[in-house]
Amino acid sequence: MLQGDRQGHAVRYHRVMPVEIDIVKVAQLARIALSDDELDMYSSQLADILEHAERVQALPTEGVEPTSHPLPMVNAFRPDEVGECLEPESFLSEAPDTHDGRFRVPRILG
Amino acid sequence: MSDLANLSITDAASGLRAGEFTSVDLLDAVTERAAVTEAHLHAYLTLDKDGARLAAEEADASLARGVDLGPLHGIPIALKDNMCTLGLETTAGSQILTGWKPPYDGTAVARLRSSGAVITGKTNLDEFAMGSSTENSAYGESRNPWDTDRVPGGSSGGSAVTTAVGSSFGSFGSDTGGSIRQPAALCGIVGMKPTYGIVSRYGLIAFASSLDQIGPFARSVADSATLLGAIAGWDRFDATSINAPVPNFAGSLDAGVVGLKIGIVTELIGEGIDPQIIAATRATADKLADAGAEIIEVSMPSTEYALSAYYLIAPAECSANLARFDGVRYGHRSSVEGTTEDMMAHSRAEGFGPEVIRRILLGTYALSAGYYDAFYGQAQKVRTLVRRDFASAYETLDVLISPTTPTTAFPIGDKTADPIAMYYSDVCTIPSNLAGDPAISVPVGLDEGGLPIGFQIMAPSLGEEVMYRVAAEVERLVDFTARPALATSEVTAP
Amino acid sequence: MTDWEAVIGIETHVELSTNSKMFCSCPTEFGDEPNTAVCPVCLALPGALPVPNEKAIEGIVKIGLALDCEINERSLFYRKNYFYPDLPKNYQISQYTYPVCEHGSLDVDVDGEPTVVGITRVHMEEDTGKSSHIGDGGGRIQDADHTLLDFNRAGVPLVEIVTEPDITSPEQARAYAAELQRIVLALGVSDARLEAGSMRFDANISVRPVGTTELGTRTETKNVNSLRSLQRALAFEIDRQIRVLEEGGRIVQETRHWNEDTGVTTSMRTKEESEDYRYFQDPDLLPLEVTKEWQDEIRATIPELPAKRRRGFLDAGVDVETAGVLADDDDLSRLFRDAVAGGATGRTVGIWLTGEVIAYLRRQEITIADTSLTSGHLVELGSMVDGGDLSSSAAKEVLLAVLEGEGTPGEIADARDLLQVSDTGAIEEAVDAVLAANADAVDKIKSGDMKPFGFLVGQVMRHMGGKADPKVVRSVLEQRTGS
Ligand SMILES: [Mg+2]
Ligand SMILES: [Zn+2]
Repeated sequence: MLQGDRQGHAVRYHRVMPVEIDIVKVAQLARIALSDDELDMYSSQLADILEHAERVQALPTEGVEPTSHPLPMVNAFRPDEVGECLEPESFLSEAPDTHDGRFRVPRILG
Repeated sequence: MSDLANLSITDAASGLRAGEFTSVDLLDAVTERAAVTEAHLHAYLTLDKDGARLAAEEADASLARGVDLGPLHGIPIALKDNMCTLGLETTAGSQILTGWKPPYDGTAVARLRSSGAVITGKTNLDEFAMGSSTENSAYGESRNPWDTDRVPGGSSGGSAVTTAVGSSFGSFGSDTGGSIRQPAALCGIVGMKPTYGIVSRYGLIAFASSLDQIGPFARSVADSATLLGAIAGWDRFDATSINAPVPNFAGSLDAGVVGLKIGIVTELIGEGIDPQIIAATRATADKLADAGAEIIEVSMPSTEYALSAYYLIAPAECSANLARFDGVRYGHRSSVEGTTEDMMAHSRAEGFGPEVIRRILLGTYALSAGYYDAFYGQAQKVRTLVRRDFASAYETLDVLISPTTPTTAFPIGDKTADPIAMYYSDVCTIPSNLAGDPAISVPVGLDEGGLPIGFQIMAPSLGEEVMYRVAAEVERLVDFTARPALATSEVTAP
Repeated sequence: MTDWEAVIGIETHVELSTNSKMFCSCPTEFGDEPNTAVCPVCLALPGALPVPNEKAIEGIVKIGLALDCEINERSLFYRKNYFYPDLPKNYQISQYTYPVCEHGSLDVDVDGEPTVVGITRVHMEEDTGKSSHIGDGGGRIQDADHTLLDFNRAGVPLVEIVTEPDITSPEQARAYAAELQRIVLALGVSDARLEAGSMRFDANISVRPVGTTELGTRTETKNVNSLRSLQRALAFEIDRQIRVLEEGGRIVQETRHWNEDTGVTTSMRTKEESEDYRYFQDPDLLPLEVTKEWQDEIRATIPELPAKRRRGFLDAGVDVETAGVLADDDDLSRLFRDAVAGGATGRTVGIWLTGEVIAYLRRQEITIADTSLTSGHLVELGSMVDGGDLSSSAAKEVLLAVLEGEGTPGEIADARDLLQVSDTGAIEEAVDAVLAANADAVDKIKSGDMKPFGFLVGQVMRHMGGKADPKVVRSVLEQRTGS
């Protein structure tokens, strides 16, 4: 658990790796424009959370398969059939900027 | 007529068919209730008065023609504002989607419409369902009807509040780490998260895809089963939906618990949990034992790590799920001049609130080169351990029980500055999400401060029938009839 | 001076020609109207979810089997995360560990020199939308004022085929690309049109001194939209890299853009953002299980592949070039095979089909099906030639008439009075007459000077009005002159 330590619990944990965060790079990857102050704030909050999250690193998981999905199912398909499309007006009217039936964005690359 | 707003769905449905009142009457009752309570509670983000009225009139007309669409026909139901509704503003509680009107209905919404339900409007939530108090809504927090200085829980706080006070007969939320069960517990109603894959996620604005499930809020266990029944079942638009017949949720509500083996989870009735809640949980377990169940204490060691694993897995998935909000095709676009890259980065910074940004950054970090194995990869292995713990428990046990939350409703603002303390609110509910199993919270009493306490029943995948069976017995045994003062017609707007 | 060698790997993207998109039911065929073939899924509206197209899975398995790949019984969809406005979700559903197909190979021949190109992997993904850069720069991204986005193409199933760095020359690269295109066409899984972008090649190129094993820094060249430009772009890029290195410079790892008009590659000057795609398994999609049984079902639908077809034609006696031309055309292949099965000589039929017939079809802008030519006609025509009833030049005339629908070869040859005399009696008479009139020539031949022999053949043919079988004439002449 995140809070406190349960006394006498069998599994001990230790720092597996120091939490080092290149917050500028992370924000860039996530495409979020943050001020220096915000970057500092998030950086220290992330460090706190990850310090707790590190507990999962200490658990012995050798030979344990990762679970990425709760269901032991495979192969959900759809048949290769054409269905209905949206009326362009129904979503273009919601767009910030359009031109000639297309979405318009500023120039790409700085 | 305002007392109508407190009827159970079961009673409202039979009254409709007996001609005692109409669907329009029911809608008027919840609308009048909302007119009073909203000023105190801010549970709704959008009240679709016109749409709801049309739907109620249509429900009355079709019932008069002899067309009976089932138990929700003509019943006013509220929806969490992360469920896409055709032409009706859907914001996910975020500034980035202000004013967005989806060009489609999600599957659960479509099923509710075709079962004759009257959709009253869209309810408040923590932005993108990220939170445990509804304080993270971009449109202002909702308040707990039992004490308006306290949170209603979250993230589906708005939906919970409407059902608790009668501004809806039932409602739907989404539960990724406890977002239905926790607010249900804090608001004194029944809230359940179904087996992952029983309810289609198509049209639910994703937070963490492998954990999200839509589920109902209700004032009774029977109503909960009815609401779930209306939306459950395979959907060709969701590859993760289970292609199998749905369990008969309400099939064993009267069967009692004689002979059932019920495990009480050691790790969830100890340190970190409010002693009053532990006491209420044990008292309820004792009642179940008296009613014929066998109560066995069971240790689930991995539940200790579930919360930590969850706070890597959910943000990782959310970091990708929320990438589509970029100001290109819909939603907020920044007016900052620059390139498309700048436009996206500023739109996202302006459109997302701090909790959402925090989780996106956390998830981005946990997935990034060099950290994946240590964080995300390891969390997924811990998820396997959690599932194993559950699986081995269910080899001998029918259901598991625990508190729903570590505390009752906490004061507004109490945990907003401490994300980790807030995350701990979901410590009892998260394991079921990681396992993909169903779980329900049933109110079992009030603490010394008069705040509701929730009792959680967890069952194996597709075990909704036995889960509801135990829940119904708890409901009978505990006979929790208290209602918040705001759930009466005497209260007036401030 | 250092001798350099090139190391080339090719990534090919092939759009599958399914009816509907990879993860939604929007059509893959659409007109020019932008954003008319889109839905909540391929527009990445909030709440929408992907469901895979079963036919696309069959398509990629076909390609994998055709490239001798191992088909993973269990494969996984991943999210490849990067922000770009033509990518609606800002992640592409693709594959990472456990692609559908791995460890294949493709045999490629360049001027009779066989090379095996290793196939690292073949994986399933989805296409992006299309962006048009508007401004003064004539469509160049660097000079655009803004960009317009059309998502009709977003979500079209895309198969990516990645080779090992086994290719050592632009010619080999071209041969590989051409063979891959033939295979994809033969499988019928894509229209594989390079100019339309339904088949796209990206080439990774580096150079190193001959004799060394360490790989040099590579560049990735994009925007080659024909086989010829693939070869040209590679040749340019190899030369450029060698020049840079010989001048003491270093190669920058970057993406370069091939410009067809100027014939050079230029740096795309993308923001140097380290590639960190944060791949993780897509929780919206279940694992893909292609069982052995399913693989067998798919294998049974695979037609004969170009290489095998070509080998069959070579075995039937045609030359390499003819085999290649025949193999690329289903109609001609079928006609050829049926004719040979009916007893015709492969070499002759091959020459007719790749010569007269193709030329005729091109001229008329029609296909075989528009003509009345059958394999039976070819058999008949062949036996008339082999039997000496028709000269090879007359046979070509008859073939054209058959294509025009004038009748069977026999009927046409008859009607046009083209049949040769191979009746030895008539020829002997003519020979005797010619010999009698050309005693000098006969003497010369008898004394060992063979020069006048051709003259005598000509005289006999003339005597016969051109309708004698020259083979018979020769043999009678030889007998009579004792040569
Ligand atoms: Mg690719
Ligand atoms: Zn679509």
